[in-house]
Amino acid sequence: MNQDAFYSLSEQLCAGLRGDEHLFCSLDAESSDFVRLNRNRIRQAGAVRSAVLGLNLISGARQAEAACDLSGELEQDLTLARGLLARLRERLAHVPDDPYLNYSTEPSLSDCWVGETPPDAGAAVADLLTAAAGLDLVGIWASGEISTGLASSIGHRHWHASTSFNLDWSAYLEADKAVKASYSGLTWEPGVLAEKLEAMRQGLAVMARPARVITPGRYRAYLAPAAVAELMGMLAWGGFDLKSHRTRQTPLLKLIRGERAFDPRVTIREEQARGLTPVFTGEGFIQPGRVTLIDQGRFGHCLVDARDAKEYGEPVNAAGGSPASVGLAPGDLATADVLARLDTGLWIGNLWYCNWSDPNDARVTGMTRFGTWWVEQGRIEAPVKVMRFDDSLYHLLGDRLEGLTTERDLLMDPQTYEGRSTESALLPGVLVGGIELAL
Amino acid sequence: MDRLHQIAERFAAAAPACDYWTLRLVDEESEHLAVRQGVVEPSALGASLGAMVTLVVGGGVGYGATSDLSPAGLRAAADQALGWAARHAWLGLFDAAHYPRSALRADYRGPVAEPWEAMSLPDKLLLLQEANQALALDERIVDWSAWLAYRRVQQLLVTSDGGQIAQIWTYVSPGLAAVANAGSQTQRRHGGGADWAQQGGLERIGAVGLLADAPRVAEEAIALLTAPECPRDTRDLILTPGQMVLQIHESIGHPLELDRILGDERNYAGTSFVTPEMFGTYRYGSELLNVTFDPTVPGELVSGAADDDGTPSRREYLIRNGILERPLGGVLSQARSGLPGTANARACAWDRPPIDRMANINLEPGEGTLDALIARVELGILMDTNRSWSIDDSRNKFQFGCELGRLIVDGELKGLVRNPGYRGISAEFWRRLDGVGGPATREVRGVQNCGKGEPNQSVYVGHATPPALFRSVAVFGGVE
Repeated sequence: MNQDAFYSLSEQLCAGLRGDEHLFCSLDAESSDFVRLNRNRIRQAGAVRSAVLGLNLISGARQAEAACDLSGELEQDLTLARGLLARLRERLAHVPDDPYLNYSTEPSLSDCWVGETPPDAGAAVADLLTAAAGLDLVGIWASGEISTGLASSIGHRHWHASTSFNLDWSAYLEADKAVKASYSGLTWEPGVLAEKLEAMRQGLAVMARPARVITPGRYRAYLAPAAVAELMGMLAWGGFDLKSHRTRQTPLLKLIRGERAFDPRVTIREEQARGLTPVFTGEGFIQPGRVTLIDQGRFGHCLVDARDAKEYGEPVNAAGGSPASVGLAPGDLATADVLARLDTGLWIGNLWYCNWSDPNDARVTGMTRFGTWWVEQGRIEAPVKVMRFDDSLYHLLGDRLEGLTTERDLLMDPQTYEGRSTESALLPGVLVGGIELAL
Repeated sequence: MDRLHQIAERFAAAAPACDYWTLRLVDEESEHLAVRQGVVEPSALGASLGAMVTLVVGGGVGYGATSDLSPAGLRAAADQALGWAARHAWLGLFDAAHYPRSALRADYRGPVAEPWEAMSLPDKLLLLQEANQALALDERIVDWSAWLAYRRVQQLLVTSDGGQIAQIWTYVSPGLAAVANAGSQTQRRHGGGADWAQQGGLERIGAVGLLADAPRVAEEAIALLTAPECPRDTRDLILTPGQMVLQIHESIGHPLELDRILGDERNYAGTSFVTPEMFGTYRYGSELLNVTFDPTVPGELVSGAADDDGTPSRREYLIRNGILERPLGGVLSQARSGLPGTANARACAWDRPPIDRMANINLEPGEGTLDALIARVELGILMDTNRSWSIDDSRNKFQFGCELGRLIVDGELKGLVRNPGYRGISAEFWRRLDGVGGPATREVRGVQNCGKGEPNQSVYVGHATPPALFRSVAVFGGVE
């Protein structure tokens, strides 16, 4: 569904409002090609065209929400949406006033278009499979347009559309010996793909060495940006959400109580200004370009969505409680110097399946995965069998932090659970004096 | 369902020329009601309707999914499927001749004793208010909520071979959560059906005791604040059905998925420590370990007539007397691997294609009561309700945490311990199984957020299980 069709649908729905009613309409649409790969061949391929209309009907201090799939045919969609609106109107008579109802009462407009024409998915996949000849390549190609819209009876008109591709893949040598890569963006460049494949081949050559089996204990380690992303994902799970803080559920409870600390070199921001996600919230508020979450090791600001803002008397600064465009400030460690600074220990390419081990102490458990190497005296010696870590972020980003790299990687989220994600992370690598391996 | 049949008839009348086609139509409605801290949260209605067209042609297979169910919309989806089938014929992993065909005609309607509409919205909200209020025992409870979720899925699968499978699943899922805090110690407890989902209607509210469970949930959250940390050592472990669900799910269900064994999931959900030659001979666990794929258990989350390829559902043993017998793989995976399998090709919605999933994966009962299991433990811990889950990409090295632990000394339950966790290796853990509760202790539960696949899919999975006893397991508590 395009912008004009969405605005037209919204206007016709708003035209039927009664009395003091207000209506917020949202749209989440995508037109995507998905190609699943295994053994450098196509495992499963297809296309998805979807459009979900969200409705929030407000009358006085009451509200009720609904969502439905749209067909793209205006009259049919109007009939469906009007039916849902009628059901919402009925239920407003039965729900109490909502003390936390909060929406923007000022009309506002925004338009953002990221990218232009997507690459031809079929041709790009064929390029990939040819260039990767000889590799046991497995992963997913996703491409196409993602659109998010908001229109209200108050006069909000917001649109964010992006056309992009995200290739997320790994190459296997045997069993769980593998290296991982990703290539995402707006313009498909075969030369970039070739560079990434060459790097994978080099990684696989090291992976062919006999794996080193290490025992549980504490090891010096370098966490590559993709591994750091998993730790940032854990912090995003209640670490910055205002409600989690006010109800003392945040895993950063000891940080805000002054009992534990991060290293002063740790500064984490939500960087909405990156422009990859919509600037507007579902209630018509405009998010700031930047929110400092951790400021030189100390807690900065929470992310505050519209409902929490009303409940706790804070200004709205986010669409939700988790960062969508997280950034960890760089340090002064040149990536070229990482191996020398690490000296002897683990070079961890990826972490996997993290979860809170003891949330009261920000203790996380998870696995090493893909390219993880044993480094000795500054040289990569051997791949390492997967290991489980169990350690507190107050150590990894606190008293055992030795450095953050000057260079950062922009990592586009490949997740597609509720449609293709537009979230991203801009992250350096992290050198730590020790990470606890438990199993 | 009538509407779906009409759409299917229109599609069939103008179906594209191909070797085989399927049309899977999914009509889903949902509602979510919640009360938090005495405040009614915005209610949410959901209505989803869409179709996936799958075409097999010229040695390839492709799909197109759309919410435009007009003839033109379905034709466009079919065109996209044709395009991808052509690419697959050229670059595909397998010959599409292996793609499963179905001529099955079947119907399934899940059990509903009391329809969702039988209770008015004000009465539902009143019930939630009462349950919510019962959680607010004192000022140490810092957050508390009660909810009711409704979901009804109608699916019609039709095929060019004359297959026609109509299935309706209904779920009413209540739940409670209480959060207690003292200083820098926060504890959560869930109950009231929060981890006890089944198919059914409003009768599920009474079955899980939404209202009656509230005081226990809040009291235990408060009690955990001052409980000692779970000890850190090696001792016997009893897992309640609430945690056994997760243990079975992660360290039996996922490793047995045939698409993992075939490598499809290696970039995302992972591979498996199980290899094809293990089936028929590998000792997965002790003699007490009997695990079935069972779509016939009334009310279990994924009970039904057929999978999303149109393969009829049938009970099968996966592990019998501890020996690995059969993987979880649909007809396509069976053809690719040469192994037997199950009817478990499932999609989460109309916009995702079927892949190998768990459906109902159950631990068959042993003998005796929970008390009888406890009586056999000299020094151990009982753990209940999952709160943390992590396992490696081969589904071997795991670490799980629970909301509540209780010490066992000399065959008797003793005091609470907080932040209980345990870790182990799947390939060894099930061999430590030394007791499985009898039929009366079995609980039919499941998980509602099993994630897997590229593109990603989240599905419901059923697990029926008694409590179980494991010997000599590494356990630990909070802090260092």
